[in-house]
Amino acid sequence: MRMRELIFALVVIVLALLLPWVFYDWAHNRHSGFMVSMLSQMGMMIILAVSYNMLLGQAGLFSLCHATFFGMGGYTTVHLLNAVGKEGVPIPMEVIPLLAGLAGLATAIVFGAMATKQRATAFAMITLGIGELMATAALMFHHFFGGEGGVSTDRMVDRSLFGLSYASGIQVYYLILVWTVIAIGLMYYLTMTPLGRMANATRDNFERAQFMGYDPRMVRFLQFSLAGFFAGIGGGLYAITYEIVTFDSLAGALSANALLMAYIGGTGVFGGPILGAILITVLQSGVSLLSNSWLVYVGVLFISMVMFAPAGLAGMIKAHGPVRRAGRMHALIVPYLRLVLPGLALVLGFVGVVELLSFYTIGAAQGKKLVLFGSPIDVKSAIPWVISFGSLIVGIVWMKFESAHFHRVWENLTVDLRPRR
Amino acid sequence: MEVFVISLLNGLVYGMLLFMLASGLTLIFSMMGVLNFAHASIYMLGAYFAYQVSVFLGFFPALIIAPILCGLIGAAIEVWGLRRVHHNGHIAELLFTFGLVFIIGRAVQMTWGMLPMPYRVPAILDFPLFSLYGANFPAYRAFMLLVSAGMLASTWLLLTKTRVGLIIQASLTHPGMVGALGHNVPVVFTTVFAGGCLLAGLAGVIGGNYQTTEPGMAEAMGPIVFVVVVFGGLGSLAGCFIASIIMGMIQTFAVVIDYSLADIVKPLGIVFSGDNLLTEILTVPVARIGALLPFVMMVAILFFRPRGLMGTRDT
Repeated sequence: MRMRELIFALVVIVLALLLPWVFYDWAHNRHSGFMVSMLSQMGMMIILAVSYNMLLGQAGLFSLCHATFFGMGGYTTVHLLNAVGKEGVPIPMEVIPLLAGLAGLATAIVFGAMATKQRATAFAMITLGIGELMATAALMFHHFFGGEGGVSTDRMVDRSLFGLSYASGIQVYYLILVWTVIAIGLMYYLTMTPLGRMANATRDNFERAQFMGYDPRMVRFLQFSLAGFFAGIGGGLYAITYEIVTFDSLAGALSANALLMAYIGGTGVFGGPILGAILITVLQSGVSLLSNSWLVYVGVLFISMVMFAPAGLAGMIKAHGPVRRAGRMHALIVPYLRLVLPGLALVLGFVGVVELLSFYTIGAAQGKKLVLFGSPIDVKSAIPWVISFGSLIVGIVWMKFESAHFHRVWENLTVDLRPRR
Repeated sequence: MEVFVISLLNGLVYGMLLFMLASGLTLIFSMMGVLNFAHASIYMLGAYFAYQVSVFLGFFPALIIAPILCGLIGAAIEVWGLRRVHHNGHIAELLFTFGLVFIIGRAVQMTWGMLPMPYRVPAILDFPLFSLYGANFPAYRAFMLLVSAGMLASTWLLLTKTRVGLIIQASLTHPGMVGALGHNVPVVFTTVFAGGCLLAGLAGVIGGNYQTTEPGMAEAMGPIVFVVVVFGGLGSLAGCFIASIIMGMIQTFAVVIDYSLADIVKPLGIVFSGDNLLTEILTVPVARIGALLPFVMMVAILFFRPRGLMGTRDT
């Protein structure tokens, strides 16, 4: 690890340590519950996204059952906590996420043995089937999964290495933070091991890797199992935080979420999924409260990333590296500013159309009214529709024009920065 | 006996419905190497379009119009979406169709609302065709069987007996050579994608009032169709057909079997009791775990034949 990256990681950790205190409610002498729970959610989603990227980004495996391991870790934790609390099994709280990880590992070994026989498309479909299998089973077998109601527990089992009771959210947050740092550190270390390198090799050219004497299937299997291990740790932290695990925690929607976070953040860079997890969690906590159509926005964001920015957010940031090193960032300021207005028109128009449409049908059924800046808007009158569609169309045309301009500037700027061959 | 015959017929109807979906998926996959995750979403769109058209024009015009609309949407997806991401590799194409699932799903909810649509079997077909040992067999199911068998036959004839079909078949295996002979391979690709979506749309039209037309129907159908395609072997139409029928039969027969694993060993004097997971797994009746069986079957076949029933190639 280079010095700069290490310092950056340390800054992020310190920031994560301090953030709950920034939002501390001094008037009532307590932590902001919303912030602490959002940060905790961020921690486990970061683990989920980065472990998912061990498959998608590093090994080129498009998995759709990653939540299975997350959920199995969660269910194991709930049962362990119940055993500790009710039967007095001596397991300290701090170790439980590790055991949850082992549960994830065991599950991943069983399913990985089957799924990793294939790669690419067939692998994606098999993992889809496995994910559905487990989600369906979770609804059917009450003994372990608790059916639709899930299994609940009480995290205050009073067994801790440090004498902590985990009564308050902030103690749980710091437990999550510690485990997140450990898990991310280990995953970063894995990228530098021969296994991590071979995973990259089988992703890029599996026949060539095979020719060199490595078994690509074994590489896939190991990578898949280890990814399951880390996802299990995330699931354990989830169970400790919410004290209940339902089948949602291993359903397909969460697997899809892992994919969205990793991809939007950027699969080509190790830190990308972390960025994606933070972004999606913030958006989820914020936008999903405001809008019915949260999934449309994420879906459209995802598709536009697939089409226009396959490297993700982190990849886009990384692409600026050579320009910055050449000290020519100032040449990009004006082109970027020129993108702002059409971008705003595009986003506003799109949000307008989507919200109007959703209030017209779903909102009407739920008896909600669209209120903008304190004044109610009649979704049946023509003016808001005309404005939204107009803004959307103007935004699209203008954006096309401006992005062509930006593309030209970018090409001119980077053409002499490219390494010569 | 009557349960057996009726279940057999129902299984056949459901299996043929599955095959209409799965065949389009397999055709698209074997030609372009793309698995269209949004295939079940197109099926849902077909049902909703059919409902909307049938409100204005009636069921039989909808049977023609809705699939064509789905085919056009498919062509649009291929031309403006898939072709753009093609150069980023297969994973990008998979991700693209996966993103479409979200968008189509929410778009349907936003346009038609969250509640099931009153899309019903047309009155002219709403009568019991025949009675078997006192159990009625609805005429609409026979009609479904007729439509899907007709579609199967015409697709087969189109692929094997016409010039267009020959070009499509050739493009499956040797796209470069077909292009060199002066055929427009990208147009062939678009045609196949649109054709697959048309089949999915048709399945939606006849499946929408057989099941219910509601926003969750894509999620309910999608995984089963993918299981069928994997089970039959990727890229094999024959395997896909066998797998569809098997899955249809399993789904319908599972409902009427009230035995569990523990019942098999009961004659041997082994009885399971107690409140633990093993007992629960062994004593749960097959009827209750019907939804689980397709996935168990898929895992089982992958264990013995990683390429599926009749698959000849790895992805």
